[in-house]
Amino acid sequence: MFKNFFLNKIFSFSNKLFNVLLALMLLFVIVGFIYAIFLSPSDFTQGDSVRIMYVHVPASFIALGCFGFIGIASVCALIFKIKILSLMAKSIAPVGSVFALVSIVTGSLWGKPTWGTWWVWDARLTSMLILFIFYIAYMSVWKFVDNYEKANKVSSVIAIVGSLNLPIIKYSVDWWSTLHQTSSITLTSAPTIHYTMLIPLIIMIIGAFIYTLIVFLMRYKTEIMKFKLDKKNKEN
Amino acid sequence: MLSKKVCLRIAILTFLLALVIAVVYGVLKSLKENVVYFLSPTEINNKENISFDKKIRVGGLVKEGSITNDQTSVNFIVTDLNNEIIVSYSGSLPNLFSEGKGVVAEGKLKDKKYFIANKILAKHDENYMPPEVSKALKMDKEQ
Repeated sequence: MFKNFFLNKIFSFSNKLFNVLLALMLLFVIVGFIYAIFLSPSDFTQGDSVRIMYVHVPASFIALGCFGFIGIASVCALIFKIKILSLMAKSIAPVGSVFALVSIVTGSLWGKPTWGTWWVWDARLTSMLILFIFYIAYMSVWKFVDNYEKANKVSSVIAIVGSLNLPIIKYSVDWWSTLHQTSSITLTSAPTIHYTMLIPLIIMIIGAFIYTLIVFLMRYKTEIMKFKLDKKNKEN
Repeated sequence: MLSKKVCLRIAILTFLLALVIAVVYGVLKSLKENVVYFLSPTEINNKENISFDKKIRVGGLVKEGSITNDQTSVNFIVTDLNNEIIVSYSGSLPNLFSEGKGVVAEGKLKDKKYFIANKILAKHDENYMPPEVSKALKMDKEQ
């Protein structure tokens, strides 16, 4: 299955998959939105402000997940010198960074009516901002460093150091007192979110994931074409 | 299976990573006072070198039945179920501020039992449920 991501096979694979993914994504996002905005209940504490959660939480998960992928891909690319992993990491960074920004902005919009403020410098919010800065740094190195090998090495180091921020983000609400509440969905205990809200949340998370996959594949094809073109130009 | 070059890269990467982790851990440990967003009433009670003119934040639950209003300010008790502290605040309160719910107050300590706040933030917990479910749970608890 993974051979499909190789340079020679990615275009036929991606083209076949693309329409299926697009249809699935539209299905999940539209159903999720209708369920979230109109059909799901308001919260016993927050009222209708809670509906921002259906955008904020999927965006946060995707932002963290993408950077985790970039970190792991960068480690393998540095150690084993696997070129397609660098290209994959480079391709997923833009969509991950946008979701990080969406997470911060929707979080801010959510904070004002509930907490009473647009922003606080607590551990969760500050570490998410740091994640966004790491995304910008990672993409900037690829954009502004001309030599591919140098850009690869420097961006990989940035990705690996930035990945250390990921457990800090996740456990910030447990390790320190924060204004941001603790996790409602964990691997070890039952969710503290009622099923009538959990189901639309999961639908939105899946929709956001498929969207990320689509944008990643589009970007990945472009990066491969750029890479092959650069290689050809260098040989001439 | 693993070539010498690969082994060397793994070793260098692991060493550098361990170094960065140690540095980050050290920084976070030493900044502990600034990384926590607020202190609980128990932490304020136990803190030895507490300063009475530095801006700090206290957080906890608003004690049931403790909210009183006088002409200029509102007074309430913040509790962490072990210790309490009286908070006095003049200004508008956030929408979610209510008895039994979380709150973070920013301001200065008058003494270890009395806090004068200049900013109040409401803190909500990780529970999400419709109002009907919340009412049903409350009735179950009262029985």
